[in-house]
Amino acid sequence: MSLLPYLTAGWIFLVGVHGIATSRNLVHAVGCLAVTQSSTYVLLLAVGYRKGATAPVFSDLPTDAPVVDPVVQALALTDVVVGATVTALLLALVVQTAKRHGTVDPDELSELKG
Amino acid sequence: MDRLLPLIVVVPLLGAAVLVAAGRHAPRPVAEAVAGLAAAASAGLAVAALAGPPGVSWVGAWRPQGGHSVGIVLVGDRIGLGLAALTSLLVVAVLAYSWRYFDEPPHGHGGAFPALVLLFQAGMCGFALTGDLFDAFVFFELMGVVGYALTGYRVEEARPVQGALVFGFVNSLGGYATLLGIGLLYARTGELGMAQVGRELDEAAGAAGHGADALVVAAFVLVLTGLLVKAAAVPFHFWLPDTHAVAPTPVCMLLSGVMVEMGGYGAARVWTTVFAGPGGVPAAGARRTLLVLGVASALVGALMCWQQRHVKRLLAFSTVAHTGLFLTGIALLTPHGVAGTALYVLGHAGAKAALFACTGILLDRHGSVDECELHGKGRDTPFTGLLFAAGGLALAGLPPFGTGLGKALVEEQSPWLPALFVLVSAVTGGAVLRVGARVFLGAGQAGREDDEGPETAGGEEEPETGRRVRRPPVPMVTVAALLLAASLAVGTVPALTGAVTAAAEAFTDHAGYAAAVLDGGPAGRPEGPYDWWTWTGAGLGLLSAALAVALAARSVGLSSRAVPWSAPLRRLHSGHVGDYVAWTVAGIGLVSLLALW
Repeated sequence: MSLLPYLTAGWIFLVGVHGIATSRNLVHAVGCLAVTQSSTYVLLLAVGYRKGATAPVFSDLPTDAPVVDPVVQALALTDVVVGATVTALLLALVVQTAKRHGTVDPDELSELKG
Repeated sequence: MDRLLPLIVVVPLLGAAVLVAAGRHAPRPVAEAVAGLAAAASAGLAVAALAGPPGVSWVGAWRPQGGHSVGIVLVGDRIGLGLAALTSLLVVAVLAYSWRYFDEPPHGHGGAFPALVLLFQAGMCGFALTGDLFDAFVFFELMGVVGYALTGYRVEEARPVQGALVFGFVNSLGGYATLLGIGLLYARTGELGMAQVGRELDEAAGAAGHGADALVVAAFVLVLTGLLVKAAAVPFHFWLPDTHAVAPTPVCMLLSGVMVEMGGYGAARVWTTVFAGPGGVPAAGARRTLLVLGVASALVGALMCWQQRHVKRLLAFSTVAHTGLFLTGIALLTPHGVAGTALYVLGHAGAKAALFACTGILLDRHGSVDECELHGKGRDTPFTGLLFAAGGLALAGLPPFGTGLGKALVEEQSPWLPALFVLVSAVTGGAVLRVGARVFLGAGQAGREDDEGPETAGGEEEPETGRRVRRPPVPMVTVAALLLAASLAVGTVPALTGAVTAAAEAFTDHAGYAAAVLDGGPAGRPEGPYDWWTWTGAGLGLLSAALAVALAARSVGLSSRAVPWSAPLRRLHSGHVGDYVAWTVAGIGLVSLLALW
């Protein structure tokens, strides 16, 4: 088992978070959130990976052929659906923010404080 | 009865689908009736399941073979079912509250709002009932996404979209941290079910001869992060006041009443089922984590609550304070701590939802939720004022409200707990009573205040009824009164306390849960002896209520609510997405330290 994919997942998570925390543009911040989420795809696929194995489709394989774990692939697919929903909704909210506040810079959104 | 468990989740989902498909062509009363029926049917199913024996439902009959299963399981244990029933009943109350009066833009899309509320209900009920970690994540995200949409429901206004954005960023980030933790647990055990993961961890620990290693602790921290974000524990709490201050009132009732508590429930559930065994995380680490964050949330929430002039934001911070108390109760990791917390949650849901309901009436009559602007404006509605004051006293823990009973039961677990509980409930209840005295009695000085540094005022808000109403609408007042009555009932029906205590015994039983889910063993316990009101508990409740009244009476004439040295803390609540995300990551570090140290 290689440690590299796990370190990569952690790195992607932190890069995304850093992007959101320092973002000056909400569209960019939503993009960074999507980057953060892709760390979960990397981790899940790394968990299910087997060396020398192939895709878990048995129609043209012998049933004892080594295949990668199909469960994590199902999880990653579900995760993609969740991510698409969240991204779409947040981008819609950013559009409304631009309309109502006239800015997409989080530094200039200051109505809720204290 | 086991076969009916999925219906508790499916019925609201179906109702939402029907409303989305046909709502455009149906007149509004029809759409609302359909939503009310679906929510009530789900509530009825949950209550019926509570009355029967506890059950486990493997969806599609994918039962475990030799303790292993790839199936999806719903577990109808008492605490989960009780939370599902609470959610469904509160949804019915919310739909009744928004009946006819609540303005539902966009026009011509009748049924959009009730459909979203039903989806929200399905997400929360699913989260309460699921016995599978990945499903818990999916339901977590479902209630999250619907929550963002409901918060920003009135997209034509500036503040709601900002609050919804903050909510979306912080909660999604927490959700992804949880998913990373679930991935790590799957990597270690090859299982996703809570009972299965817990059992695999224990067997691995037994074979290796030692307890938790770094990977298990990392998984614990990551899974807990998302749940604590939902539970609004300090320092993950920043999204909550920004969201609750701007969300439509009926949505606030659900967010504060039950969604935030779902986070605490999730943390307790994951701890007891997955990590409480020998292969999990040492109990001391988990207890320290929950205790430190719980006490910090309670104190920060109470301090911030006292200083607000925006009434909804004030109630939001009181929710932070009370979830802090819930986490403290859970942190005891004993059946009695859990039983007291469960009663506290039930009583709090009624009281807090009633307070939001009364605030919504003020908003619809006067177009403001600002304590200073509303001064004396409520003098012509004494009944609403009475309900508001009763809600404040309930928050302060006045016997025999359910909040008082839950508080009393948790307090008796440890000698230093009464000080914390009395202080926090007196301050939050006192803040509400202060607002009540100024708005409904016209006590103290009217007039505008000077700018006191960073704060959110609540003036010039759009009424949620489309235009201002002259009299308080009957359904809104009735719902508030019924919610308070329910909160009162929680503290006065002994049978409920007995059932909750037995449920908490089963809830905290790590091996019993796995046996009930995987081996078909008996779930649930017969009712044994249980604690009820004691003289000390009632006395401490009376004390905190009296302190709340005294605090309110003393502060009502003062022109300033600011606590002198708390300005830096107030500045931290900046409304800035980047700051909040940075705090969330700092919180992950803090939780790691607390769990490991």
